[in-house]
Amino acid sequence: MSTHAPAESKYRNPILGFAARWLLTTNHKEIGTLYLWLSFVLFFIAGALAMLIRLELFQPGIQLVQPEFYNQLLTMHGLIMVFGAVMPAFVGLANWQIPMMIGAPDMALPRLNNFSFWILPFAFTLMLSSLFMEGGAPNFGWTFYAPLSTTYGPPSTDFFIFAIHMMGISSVLGSINIIVTILNLRAPGMTLMKMPLFVWTWLITAFLLIMVMPVLAGVVTMMLTDRHFGTSFFEAAGGGDPVLFQHIFWFFGHPEVYILILPGFGIASQIIPTFSRKKLFGYHSMVYATISIAILSFVVWGHHMFTTGMPLATELFFMYATMLIAVPTGVKVFNWVATMWSGSITFETPMLFAIGFVIMFTIGGFSGLMLALVPADFQYHDTYFVVAHFHYVLYPGAIFGTMAAVYYWLPKWTGHMYNERLGKFHFWVAMIGVNLTFFPMHFSGLAGMPRRVVDYSLQFADFNMLSSIGAMLLGTTQVLFLYIVIKTIRGGEKASDQVWEGAEGLEWTVPSPAPLHTFETPPDLEHVLNLAHDLNAEGPGSNE
Amino acid sequence: MNETPRYYVPDSSIWPIIGSTALFLTAFGAASFIHQSTEKVAAEGSYGEPIFYFGLAMIAVMMFGWFGRVINESLKGMVSDLLDRSFRMGMAWFIVSEVMFFAAFFGALFYARVISVPWLAGAGNNLQTHLHLWPDFADTWPLFMTPGGTSTEAMKAWGLPFINTVILVSSSVTVTFAHWALKKNRRTALKAWLFVTVALGAIFLTLQVVEYVHAYTELGLSLGAGIYGSTFFMLTGFHGAHVTMGTIMLLVMLLRCFRGHFTPDNHFAFEAASWYWHFVDVVWLFLFTFVYWF
Repeated sequence: MSTHAPAESKYRNPILGFAARWLLTTNHKEIGTLYLWLSFVLFFIAGALAMLIRLELFQPGIQLVQPEFYNQLLTMHGLIMVFGAVMPAFVGLANWQIPMMIGAPDMALPRLNNFSFWILPFAFTLMLSSLFMEGGAPNFGWTFYAPLSTTYGPPSTDFFIFAIHMMGISSVLGSINIIVTILNLRAPGMTLMKMPLFVWTWLITAFLLIMVMPVLAGVVTMMLTDRHFGTSFFEAAGGGDPVLFQHIFWFFGHPEVYILILPGFGIASQIIPTFSRKKLFGYHSMVYATISIAILSFVVWGHHMFTTGMPLATELFFMYATMLIAVPTGVKVFNWVATMWSGSITFETPMLFAIGFVIMFTIGGFSGLMLALVPADFQYHDTYFVVAHFHYVLYPGAIFGTMAAVYYWLPKWTGHMYNERLGKFHFWVAMIGVNLTFFPMHFSGLAGMPRRVVDYSLQFADFNMLSSIGAMLLGTTQVLFLYIVIKTIRGGEKASDQVWEGAEGLEWTVPSPAPLHTFETPPDLEHVLNLAHDLNAEGPGSNE
Repeated sequence: MNETPRYYVPDSSIWPIIGSTALFLTAFGAASFIHQSTEKVAAEGSYGEPIFYFGLAMIAVMMFGWFGRVINESLKGMVSDLLDRSFRMGMAWFIVSEVMFFAAFFGALFYARVISVPWLAGAGNNLQTHLHLWPDFADTWPLFMTPGGTSTEAMKAWGLPFINTVILVSSSVTVTFAHWALKKNRRTALKAWLFVTVALGAIFLTLQVVEYVHAYTELGLSLGAGIYGSTFFMLTGFHGAHVTMGTIMLLVMLLRCFRGHFTPDNHFAFEAASWYWHFVDVVWLFLFTFVYWF
């Protein structure tokens, strides 16, 4: 999403020059741009699948797609949103922002950075190609439980397995790069506890990725050998257990959901202080809360499996551990609200998305607490209540977080302000769309509507129709988002270096648009921080 | 370039995109090859197979080219202390990710031993399941007879596996001797100890092959022999693959030593390879303890 001209190209042919620039680049800003565009494309693909799902569910009965294809839509929607839309978007933001926020010239290992990115388009080609294969695409849901994915998986499951392997390699290498950049390339004087929270949350996220992506690789490898080499990891007749799959998968899967939200926490922690014109309330507690959430995320996986017949003591352990996560999460929500308290708030688009993030993520958090209760979960398990829960944390959480970040940093990337009226319009339509789509699912779920089914009983018709109308609204409004982004790249009001008057941090000291290379020598951090300190000494709001 | 720059901002590079293309071809080839039925492959051959091997070869070329480039940069003195630390941290975190990969398989092993096999035999509150499904099934480890009726013998710990333990632990010691020699700039000792390490790695791998042949032909222990065979071969197999990688890495280091590479202060690649070697050694100790011994 940058407009700066490429460094002198040695290619006369413009197409060759273009290809060489983007295929061979080692620049963190260009690679960040690639990540963000890939994520945008996959977001639209997975979004289109979701809209097909909602169209089918508009009314009871089977109108549009056959049950077999419905299952494939569902699986592909989940997989691509998680691995293709949310994760690359956050990595793209990390690429753009982390070096600028810590005063580094680039990522620590720039060539590895290119490798991490370019694995992804290939991986998703492999995965999406399964839609056109004999026997259809994977149809077992994004959690690919055995034996649905082993004994009963379609032939294309093998392509899915290798696609997951490629994504895993990409994530691990990308995370290594991010961790090393943060630990090794901070400007002199930028101690760990002076790092912006977006950098902190990404440090923790990258750690989680390194810890769990190899476990995912392990479990898909077991799937592959169970399918083709006669092993019996998930086969009771051989002494294995299909439930073992769920244990290993969710050991990956639960940290994974924090991977999908922690960078969003970081984004909210950048944006809310800026537009409240106050320092972030409780910086230290924010850092410790993030670390606690990450540690706890390794010991709560069983809450996805309460109905699998685990021993009672195990269920109780997972229940209490899960509820414990509400504490650091509550600390975070409290701090965001306390940051806004008595600030001089303005409601530009990034702030709207950030506030929407805080409120609606909290709704998702509360339904998560309900699901953590073992006896209650027996009722909620595999109903639309679960669907409502995780879409509330992922859409207004991860995706609103990403959108907030894009609006917040787009002027820095492109040098242009986006259209504020259109941005606000986008927010309000998306806000209404999200709630209209996902709120009724709480009710249909509590009333007993099972998830992952193509048809439903008549009493759920009204809620489903509401959800479908909301989904059409929500999907369509993202075209407006695309329009706003493209319009901003192509032109618009010139952005100042600081862009937002309350913005603090190193990224706001470089020109807008940020030149291809920033901080080739370490910035004088003391100078910058003193400047910020002077501004802050005048008291909150006085720098208006 | 005389002065080492503080920051390392390399030009654009062709190797990463070659690498990702190679990875794609490998993955696509492997998936195409695997998902066709064995009969069909036997009758018509598989288009996936050549693509897979081509992809693998391309990965090898990529590694050769990419690492060669980095080595040249290092020889020209372009590696600053800061970059050296980035490399070290990168390798350390890579090894962490490898540890977690093995953790998944160890998790499966412990789950089978502590939970699934006893439960299938009626432990806990699973008596009804046991009686209805496989009433004759008995809880043993190693699992001599699966619920489905496949039988196998166990691999003894104190034969070849113990010899292999001695070999691998010794090789960890010899690679450390080589490192000490390198730090004192005693090149002959360096080459000698490194050669011994590579040789021990090769002997270990040879003995593993002998053991596998023994398992398949004499014990009836195979990938298909139930969860005992599954965990046995997946754990030792992935470990063997990692020892192979480590041996190749050390062999490359040995060749670089003969070319006069590495100085007492600047030898990141050597250290990375030796860290990796210690890592496969530690994994083996866990394997010996929990797969072979207890």
